[in-house]
Amino acid sequence: MSAASKNWIKAAPWLCTIGLFVIWELAARLFGLPQYILPAPTVVFNAIVQYWPAIWKNSLQTLYTTTLGFALAVAGGLGLGILVGWSRLIYSGLYPLMVGFNAIPKVALVPILVIWFGIGTIPAVLTAFLISFFPIVVNVATGLATIEPEMEDVLRALGARKMDIMLKVGIPRSMPYFFGSLKIAITLAFVGSVIAETVAANSGLGHMMLAAQSQFNVPLVFAGLIMLAVEGIIMYAVMAWVEMRMTGWAHRGQGATA
Amino acid sequence: MKNLVTIDNVDMRYGGADGTLAVEGLTLHVEKGEFAAVVGPSGCGKSTLMKLVTGLHIPQKGVVTVAEERVTKPVSIVGMAFQNPTMLPWRTTLDNILLPLEVVEKHRGRLRMNRAEYVAKAEKLLETVGLKGFGSKFPWQLSGGMQQRANLCRALIHEPDLLMLDEPFGALDSFTREELWCVIRDLHFERKVTIVLVTHDLREAVFLADRIFVMSSRPGRIIEERTVPFARPRDLEIMYQKEFNDIVHELRGSIADARKAA
Repeated sequence: MSAASKNWIKAAPWLCTIGLFVIWELAARLFGLPQYILPAPTVVFNAIVQYWPAIWKNSLQTLYTTTLGFALAVAGGLGLGILVGWSRLIYSGLYPLMVGFNAIPKVALVPILVIWFGIGTIPAVLTAFLISFFPIVVNVATGLATIEPEMEDVLRALGARKMDIMLKVGIPRSMPYFFGSLKIAITLAFVGSVIAETVAANSGLGHMMLAAQSQFNVPLVFAGLIMLAVEGIIMYAVMAWVEMRMTGWAHRGQGATA
Repeated sequence: MKNLVTIDNVDMRYGGADGTLAVEGLTLHVEKGEFAAVVGPSGCGKSTLMKLVTGLHIPQKGVVTVAEERVTKPVSIVGMAFQNPTMLPWRTTLDNILLPLEVVEKHRGRLRMNRAEYVAKAEKLLETVGLKGFGSKFPWQLSGGMQQRANLCRALIHEPDLLMLDEPFGALDSFTREELWCVIRDLHFERKVTIVLVTHDLREAVFLADRIFVMSSRPGRIIEERTVPFARPRDLEIMYQKEFNDIVHELRGSIADARKAA
């Protein structure tokens, strides 16, 4: 590949993002769209500056509930995933339950969480946890369940116990699945926390956007959206970085460690 | 000479009372230090034989003994290598080779304290199979043939008395295969290890083995036993002699009959 085309590939994400905002700005101006339908990006950025203290406080609140819920999901998902991948019995017992549970739209659980814990931080944390838990469990369990039978035979013939096989082969093997699922889980965790904040909270970006909407402050609604996107992208990038750091061996095709 | 492996009139059925019968009335003996090969049509229960000898399966009928002890649980004096090298990609080649030592009861307690000694042993093995200096590479940086060499090292690191090979060269190109035949031949000669090789390749069997067992189609049993008369050490050139080809030809006939009988 030539150096020029490599540079283009590097520049492409920035160019596309800038392009999107430019088109948005031009469309808003050319068609004279009113602010309460689609505010132009410059208007949205003005709103971010104008309401910065409120936006900052609510962004931190959302980031806090999301990461807390996500952390619980990581701990719980890893634990349950190992348990489910460990034994066929636990797998067949719990799997239908988990599928059924995952099928429930999490927004439907928020009213129950409010009855139990009241309006505020806890329902948001728990919704983020519940929604991001499942992909982690499934991925860890898949990694454990797909150990090559030959590998297991080699070790069992040497007298390995189930614990040895799990520690030496199963768990390291499921790590790429686990870290891969973190990228999905963190994105879902934002969905969960914002849903709960919209329905039942006194703070957070979801709450802020709902309040802004009721006052027809559409630029502030969009400002909230932009902040959510920024937080989501940053957390996704952190997870992608962690994944590369921890399981570079699984990404050898891209020349990561080779 | 004494028998290291004896299988006496063994039946092995998978999946309960009306499951498939994989081997029936299987009887064979392998002497200590011998190089035995098992050939047969596909699906004849060769892999079952491997699992019976290593204690991964316990037969419903008959007796399997290894080193004069009846097999009732996995036998750790055995090393195994399969067609698929199954190296762990997150470990270096050297760490892959040391893996059995982390498991075998006799070594696992000593490994941490005496690591240098074991590493030296692994490096010597790597040298024997022609992989000197590759220990620090990851398995996915090695070619298929090199991974299979490393696989052999892993099977040998705990100094097993018995090496069970299940078509270890099946997925390799013919030149690499010939090289590895010589590696195995030399390992057998130097280490006096007993080897049981399960294979589809009759030329491979005749070149390497002292004795060849032909299995019938499922349910598998031994239908022919054939001693290979060539003196050791053997050179690859013997494969172009008439006597060699005659044996291969006869074995081919037996297997063709076994297939027809099915």
